[in-house]
Amino acid sequence: MSRSAPGVRSAVRQGVSVGLATGAYGISFGALSVAAGLDVWQTCVLSLLMFTGGSQFAFIGVIGAGGAGAAATATAALLGVRNSLYGLQMASLLRPRGRWKPAAAHLTIDESTAVALAQPADDLPARRAGFWAAGLAVFSFWNLATLGGALLGDVLGDPARWGLDGAAAAAFLALLWPRLARRQAQAIGVVAALVAAITIPLVPAGIPVLAAAAVTAVVAWFQYREPPHVRADEQEAPA
Amino acid sequence: MSLWLWVLVAALACLAIKLAGYLVPTEVLDNPRVSHTAAMVTCGLLAALVVSQTFASGSALVVDARLVAIAVAALALLLRAPFIVVVVLGAVSAALVRALGWG
Repeated sequence: MSRSAPGVRSAVRQGVSVGLATGAYGISFGALSVAAGLDVWQTCVLSLLMFTGGSQFAFIGVIGAGGAGAAATATAALLGVRNSLYGLQMASLLRPRGRWKPAAAHLTIDESTAVALAQPADDLPARRAGFWAAGLAVFSFWNLATLGGALLGDVLGDPARWGLDGAAAAAFLALLWPRLARRQAQAIGVVAALVAAITIPLVPAGIPVLAAAAVTAVVAWFQYREPPHVRADEQEAPA
Repeated sequence: MSLWLWVLVAALACLAIKLAGYLVPTEVLDNPRVSHTAAMVTCGLLAALVVSQTFASGSALVVDARLVAIAVAALALLLRAPFIVVVVLGAVSAALVRALGWG
């Protein structure tokens, strides 16, 4: 343990700073959620219970566009699937027992996984400390910021006047951007964007996104080729 | 009331999906083709959300102030601006364009 004490301290510092940075955009989630028609409490429950930013933005995006609750739920759930893959990696890293398992699972998101994996592979205590520090820090700041943003959004009134619809589009682009490093991901992005654009006039709001996900899944399944390093570089950079 | 129901169902579904990573036998999820597909579905969903948040108005495709917002956001991302800056720039540019009387 003594060997990794500096490693643990630096992992905790990293986790807290990631928590502060991520918390800041909880303000935009809170404000956008209220603009999409959810009330302050529904907004806070999403941040407390769902607690995975991409899915939360997707849920309110579909609701705000007039989509059905089922479509919003399906979109949020599909975007959350990556968390179960993070969970798989974190389970072998953290080895949580009993009641710690749900706690670890709840804190398993892009940021906590990224901070854990950013610590040296041979420093297990630092990796664990990074996960818990980032998870707890993001959870605290994200929920505080959500409440602040939701109250702010309540005061602002007409969302279009303040450009909040532009902010929502920008938020999704910013979530997508770091995932486009690889050629295959760019191709997938173009296919999904085309499917969405073609289906928007044809089907009810919320469905185009699900149609794009379905087409994407099929394309990705057959696009996959065997290179042994693919899995590693996709999952080592979750954020 | 029914929105409350969907908020809870969606939140619990996301929580269950996270827990699955800790409970499901490793070999089911630990398949490179499955993880590649999951990563790509994430990209596909986000790309589709960018398009629908930028161009959809109900069931119509429209060009309005949001197009300026997304262009400014893309520029900010190219310049490596952090998430919160990108979002604020998206809002400011859309609001400015509307204040000038377009979109």
